[in-house]
Amino acid sequence: MQQNALTTEQIRALIARGKLKDTLFKALGVLFLAIGLAVILLLVIDMVEKGSERFTVDFFLNFASRRAAQAGILSAWVGSLLVMLVTAVAAVPIGVAAGLYLEEYAKRNWITEIIEINITNLAAVPSIVYGLLALGIFVYQFGFGQSILSAGLTLALLILPIVIVSTREAIRAIPAMIREASMGCGATRWQTCRYHIIPYAMPGILTGVIIGLARAIGETAPIITIGALTFIAFLPPAPFAETGEGVAGLFDWVMSPFTVMPIQIFNWTSRPDPAFEVNAAAAGFVLMVMVLTMNGVAIWLRYKMRKNIKW
Amino acid sequence: MQNDNLTLKAEARNLNFFYGDNKALKGINMPIYDKKVTALIGPSGCGKSTYLRSFNRMHDLYPGNRYEGEIRFFPDNTNLLSPEVDPIEVRMRVGMVFQKPNPFPKSIYENVAYGLRVRGENNKRMLDDKVEYALKGGALWDEVKDRLHELASNLSGGQQQRLCIARALATDPELLLFDEPTSALDPIATGAIEELVHELKKRVTILIVTHNMQQAARVSDFTAYMYLGELIEFGKTDEIFIKPQDKRTEDYITGRMG
Repeated sequence: MQQNALTTEQIRALIARGKLKDTLFKALGVLFLAIGLAVILLLVIDMVEKGSERFTVDFFLNFASRRAAQAGILSAWVGSLLVMLVTAVAAVPIGVAAGLYLEEYAKRNWITEIIEINITNLAAVPSIVYGLLALGIFVYQFGFGQSILSAGLTLALLILPIVIVSTREAIRAIPAMIREASMGCGATRWQTCRYHIIPYAMPGILTGVIIGLARAIGETAPIITIGALTFIAFLPPAPFAETGEGVAGLFDWVMSPFTVMPIQIFNWTSRPDPAFEVNAAAAGFVLMVMVLTMNGVAIWLRYKMRKNIKW
Repeated sequence: MQNDNLTLKAEARNLNFFYGDNKALKGINMPIYDKKVTALIGPSGCGKSTYLRSFNRMHDLYPGNRYEGEIRFFPDNTNLLSPEVDPIEVRMRVGMVFQKPNPFPKSIYENVAYGLRVRGENNKRMLDDKVEYALKGGALWDEVKDRLHELASNLSGGQQQRLCIARALATDPELLLFDEPTSALDPIATGAIEELVHELKKRVTILIVTHNMQQAARVSDFTAYMYLGELIEFGKTDEIFIKPQDKRTEDYITGRMG
């Protein structure tokens, strides 16, 4: 007979005490979760309530105006979409190529270690710093001016670390046996990447790209830094459209001045006239819907594409 | 050992292999005979998979690995391990089937056609013919001929492994490597693979690693027993199993060790 053996009563008391802590922690967890959700919910409700009178078709089709009731977000949402397009076109090929190189080609040595650490660090650089860099390089050095191109490239820099990291993670999730199977058939590294690694990593890459774009679309600081205008009463020239100076070229729009959603919101909230707060709330809600939609698309795409990829 | 009409397909000569500083293969000399099945047996960690993977330079995919010595490949007497020989050239001549069935997450057809595609073959009729030929070779054609464009992952484990064999056969390899091909399969699927190996040796030389001694006895013509990176004994399978020359081989085969 062991001396320190517990009696049945003692064991039951121990369990009861343990279970009490269990219950307490559960309650606390639910409470904090509720607080977090309630704040977001309140924010959304507040925006909808304040902005509700602006949810009209005109709000989406009108340019900025001195009169709050007539002001709309046409140039802002078009600007945001075009800037995102440039951002994606610039960031995706560069980010995917960089991630692919680091995972599939680069030798493991101290240089790649340093590069890896720095890519992770880049994700933490304050966005305004990217704005300053872009102001010097894109706006002045390259002479792109305060254009959609400058803004798109700036935000591309900003989300590049996100794209690279998500590409690498997606590639790392592909089992080594798939590479071995491909190389075992006599494929080169590039054939292996082209037929297997890139397609199988695509769901993860796309998710990273969309998460990155969702972050970029809400960025204000770097766009202000490069000097986006806040009052824009025209759209960038559509390709081949008739303008005052003749027919526009295919890519003329990239050099056009622009504004984006967060800047429009910022502009409206800084007006003294309280009527503009209604516009700001409505535009804020629209921006939020845009971001949530992008995240939703990312989740759906990932689900859809992963269905066929099983190891 | 000397026998009527045996032709050499490959021969390891003083083969050493290093994972970094760790010497995994120690001075292996061994012949591989043409259109015969050679089994590699031995306890875990004895180097049999390492040895097998030297034949298609799989080790070149990972840094820090190093070969010494030669694997001569006949009839052209090429040293497969020579730095002048591109590992891709080696893998075009030597096919491989892995321990776990590893089909690509693509259609059955695309899995089999892959080796041809990387060789630049894009002619539809040519691909169709080769895919059928390879799937027949892998004893899978009758089961999948009506669903060639379905995902390979929908097949059972045994069918997936036969698909992997077909994938390797599609490009007519001269030597086919099997790395414990049945260790992830049930007995019925295992039986089908063993039967297939028996059938395949009519057209290709086979080198197979197995944990299962009955399997080695059933499918192989020659058997090599390896222990701690060394080749202990090599001979005709029935001789190795009936009267092994080395005490260590005998201990392993009779289950006293390993």
